[in-house]
Amino acid sequence: MRRLGPGEGVVGILLALAAISPFVLPSQAWIGFAVNAVLISVLSIAWNVTGGFCGQMSFGHAALYGTGAYAAAMLQLRLGLNPYLAGIVGIAAGAAMGGFIGALAFRYGLRGSYFALVTLAFAEVLRILASSFEITGAGSGLTLPFRPGLANLQFPDRYAAYVFVLILCILALAVSAAVKGSRLGSNMVAVRENEEAAGAIGIDAFRVKVVAMIISGAIAGAAGVAYLQIQLFIDAPIAYGSLISVEALLGPIIGGAGTLLGPVVGTVVLHIVGEVVKTGVGGAPGLNLVFYGIVLLLILRFLPNGLMGLAGNLRWPARTASAARSAEAR
Amino acid sequence: MLGLVVPAVLSGLTTGAIYALVALGLTLIYGVLHIINFAHGSLLMAALYTALFMNLRLGLDPYVALPVVVAIFFCAGYLLQRYVIDTFSHGRDANILLATLALSIIIDNGALYLFTSNTRTIDVPYAFEMVEIGPAFIPLPKLVAFLAALVFAALLWLLMRHTRLGAAIRAVAIEKRGAELMGIDVKHTYAMCFGIGTACVAAAACLLLPTFYVTPQVGYAFVLVAFTTVVLGGMGSLGGALVAGLFLGVVEALCGLFLGETLGQIGIFAAFILTLLFRPAGLFAPRVA
Repeated sequence: MRRLGPGEGVVGILLALAAISPFVLPSQAWIGFAVNAVLISVLSIAWNVTGGFCGQMSFGHAALYGTGAYAAAMLQLRLGLNPYLAGIVGIAAGAAMGGFIGALAFRYGLRGSYFALVTLAFAEVLRILASSFEITGAGSGLTLPFRPGLANLQFPDRYAAYVFVLILCILALAVSAAVKGSRLGSNMVAVRENEEAAGAIGIDAFRVKVVAMIISGAIAGAAGVAYLQIQLFIDAPIAYGSLISVEALLGPIIGGAGTLLGPVVGTVVLHIVGEVVKTGVGGAPGLNLVFYGIVLLLILRFLPNGLMGLAGNLRWPARTASAARSAEAR
Repeated sequence: MLGLVVPAVLSGLTTGAIYALVALGLTLIYGVLHIINFAHGSLLMAALYTALFMNLRLGLDPYVALPVVVAIFFCAGYLLQRYVIDTFSHGRDANILLATLALSIIIDNGALYLFTSNTRTIDVPYAFEMVEIGPAFIPLPKLVAFLAALVFAALLWLLMRHTRLGAAIRAVAIEKRGAELMGIDVKHTYAMCFGIGTACVAAAACLLLPTFYVTPQVGYAFVLVAFTTVVLGGMGSLGGALVAGLFLGVVEALCGLFLGETLGQIGIFAAFILTLLFRPAGLFAPRVA
């Protein structure tokens, strides 16, 4: 049904090159950076399902990410569950939290600014709860004992961790592509573009939006579980802090919300900007985020369709009409 | 029992007045521009730092600095809306939301970079003076903040009801295109609105400073409460924001009294989520500006 434009091809090749670069240029700083960027990419892909495909902008995806991480950590520490099982439950917990927030918010017809606010509030409530109760480790957080090995889903070094997040990212992209290509994905786009019109042609907008939140919650939960298994530590500001919610949406907006590769492109570009700032001006806290904000403003001003919008403008020569149409279809 | 509850309620009312003042700015911007200004808390933080440095460097008392800070932030708000938010978002709602988010990221982290995350306070001679009200002792600066917040709310109401600018703002809020056809400069009115909203925050900062602290993250706590206030009061309703702000101050004080300090804010967020879910139009009759 769709032909890939040259823009997507170029982006895909660049991403693939970026993905193998840590193996070509081994350095501790670079691999640490790559693990983080790919992990946040997974979270961005999750955000893109609701915010991009379905048009419901969440400002509180930390609620889903943190729930996945906390569920996996508590099951391992309190019940001694196997990390794989705990991880799967963590993903399910993220999905359940997504479904719960979505069902409540959409039941009462919240959209736009209201939806952004209610998601933000949920993340904040969870942050306060997680930092208040003993079972979630209260202020000191939860630490998993270090037992490296595949059986414990823990990694002896950062390269192993990198392979793990890379696989997770590819899986998340596959899920995202499957959703996008499916009838459900088309329904999401219909709801995004005009909810009333979508309803008029028989799409159950409420169901579509809740399903989007569930899928998004599962992917975000997986990102949370991955963070836990790599860092072996989680606390309330890390899991439910506003920084995570912001990072979740920056990637897709900068890369191009609603496109398949946009979230990854945006996240990687953003992290590269952050890294360049760090090496250029020193690692003072805050400065890289200042530049994140500036990049976001510039994208809004000059590339409202994100970087993928720019890539989408590339055309095969002499096939402009059909390419334009297929670009529209995407 | 009553001996504990009454002081908590009174102290909650004084905190609530500040919440109301912050929320008045937010609700004014929402009522007219129909967007939520995510940079509101960051502007509060920036105003707190401005007042702080005026005190540390120039020796100005926050109450004396108030008119200056308000004027600075009115201009800053006007310029931000007219030349940054509007220009960078192409006037699209979702993008305006993101533009204000971008501003808040820049301001918050800029402050973190410039001022580090150290908590700062100022010393004023009257910080610990108490005023006896019935069974309770209220710190003098809190009482001043309470009264001043009410004065500002009244001034804002007068501005909206009895000036040409107020009429223009109300016209734009109700029907942007119609207002434009009547010769109202919509962009100017939007920017004035944003300027006034930011000025409210600056006033709140000056009233807050004698009894509060400043960190780069301080705005975040306030902005969430301000969102709650605005939603509870009915988005865009000035009177609603005032009542809701005072109410939330009391809720927070009582939750803090009965549940402990850390969970005090839970009451606010519970109110927030419940209102958003069940009464998204607000508890009080929602009216635009």
